[in-house]
Amino acid sequence: MVDFGGWDMPVQYSGIIDEHNAVRNGVGIFDVSHMGEIEIRGPEAAKLADFVTTNHAGKLKIGQAHYSGLLYPHGGFVDDILVHKVAEDHFFLCVNAANQEKDHEHIVAHNRFDAQVEFASERYAQIALQGPKARATLQKMTPVDLSAIKYYWFTDGAVSGVPARIAHTGYTGEDGFEIYVPPAEAERLWNEAISAGAEFGIKPCGLGARNTLRLEAKMALYGHEIDASISPLEADLAWIVKFDKGDFVGRDALLKQEEKGLTRTLVGFEMCGRGIGRDGYEVYLDGAPAGWVTSGSPSPTLCKNIGLCYLPVGQAQADPDIDKTIGKTIQIMIRNQPVDAITVATPFYKRAK
Amino acid sequence: MYPENYRYTKEHEWVLVEGDTGTIGITDHAQEELGDIVYVDLPKVGAAIEQGKSLGSVESVKAVSDIYSPVSGEVKEINANLTDKPESLNSDPHGAAWLVKLKLSNPAEAQSLMTAAEYQAYIGAEK
Repeated sequence: MVDFGGWDMPVQYSGIIDEHNAVRNGVGIFDVSHMGEIEIRGPEAAKLADFVTTNHAGKLKIGQAHYSGLLYPHGGFVDDILVHKVAEDHFFLCVNAANQEKDHEHIVAHNRFDAQVEFASERYAQIALQGPKARATLQKMTPVDLSAIKYYWFTDGAVSGVPARIAHTGYTGEDGFEIYVPPAEAERLWNEAISAGAEFGIKPCGLGARNTLRLEAKMALYGHEIDASISPLEADLAWIVKFDKGDFVGRDALLKQEEKGLTRTLVGFEMCGRGIGRDGYEVYLDGAPAGWVTSGSPSPTLCKNIGLCYLPVGQAQADPDIDKTIGKTIQIMIRNQPVDAITVATPFYKRAK
Repeated sequence: MYPENYRYTKEHEWVLVEGDTGTIGITDHAQEELGDIVYVDLPKVGAAIEQGKSLGSVESVKAVSDIYSPVSGEVKEINANLTDKPESLNSDPHGAAWLVKLKLSNPAEAQSLMTAAEYQAYIGAEK
């Protein structure tokens, strides 16, 4: 067990590789109750949601969700979040455990609208079922027709008789669902999911597999790819920034950054030499220090050692072509030894549709 | 589980002393905590090793960990099988997946280490 944002959580149950493969090939179950929840309600809920997030919350349909960012005025991340539109006057945010208090304070501080912000983490536990057999597993536990829930949509319904929010979302690069339930019911739901998934070889998965799965899918992890010093443009997350929706916190800083041109960008790499480029290791380009590794790990699916790092881009490029940084040999300092790696296209893994 | 004729460290290494030879490995508890092991870095034959100093490292999917030598001496032999089969450290850490054999400079050093019973009490208390 490790302390993770104040929660005792297992890094692994049966082993990271075993759990990882269960999600890629069958189904895995994650207790992600540590994740935080914030609710925004009121006649101007959409206005507040759009003012504090980067993606266009006002464009969501009821029952739809998207990935988004909360930014500081200087353009760095407060957090990366999921925004769900429950009703015209109700948005449900899923946020990182370690950031939830500051997220709440940040949204409250920018609330100059007719909207209420509720810190709701105590009311929700979250269980994620991920993998090609996640739907078949969950379908045995609910009368809701899961095939009718499109990717990044959600619905409220009963799971094992428990009122739940069933979201077709995930953090693994695999098909799957994230289920929000009252904490008192979480243990029973977990146990019933283990039984329902037994025929598909369901495996409980810990933080270790969660990390290798999300890394292969190139999904950002706060404190690694993104933090207060990194903007979504640098993190290759321009797709969650909607400048045309109107003003939002961080917009001016991002526009300036775009105008001046980015100086660094997030790039994937594969190790060529023996070793694993891990978080925080220095990256050398043409013999000089050039950046740092944000995440690195063996990839159980690809059987290679992969990672993400920040590297410089041409200073004057308004629209940096990330492809220019692909196929470049870099060196990663692994315990004071430079080891060759090559930059590659991402995501490292994409599931077959 | 933990052989009676081995001695153990707080950093989860073991040593088996036979005459002036010390065979060193990591404990079953260590491999379980590390999880799937993917690399093992060992010293060169002939290297001088000091008790309590780094002998090399093991790397799992999760993290890199130093191996601290339970005893002092000169590296006589390294377990070359571990280069190709690092995962054997997960399956047989007290046997086939030993790490190095040292020519001990002071075989009595091992007496200061934990016995199997003491080590089991130690990891029991750590949990």
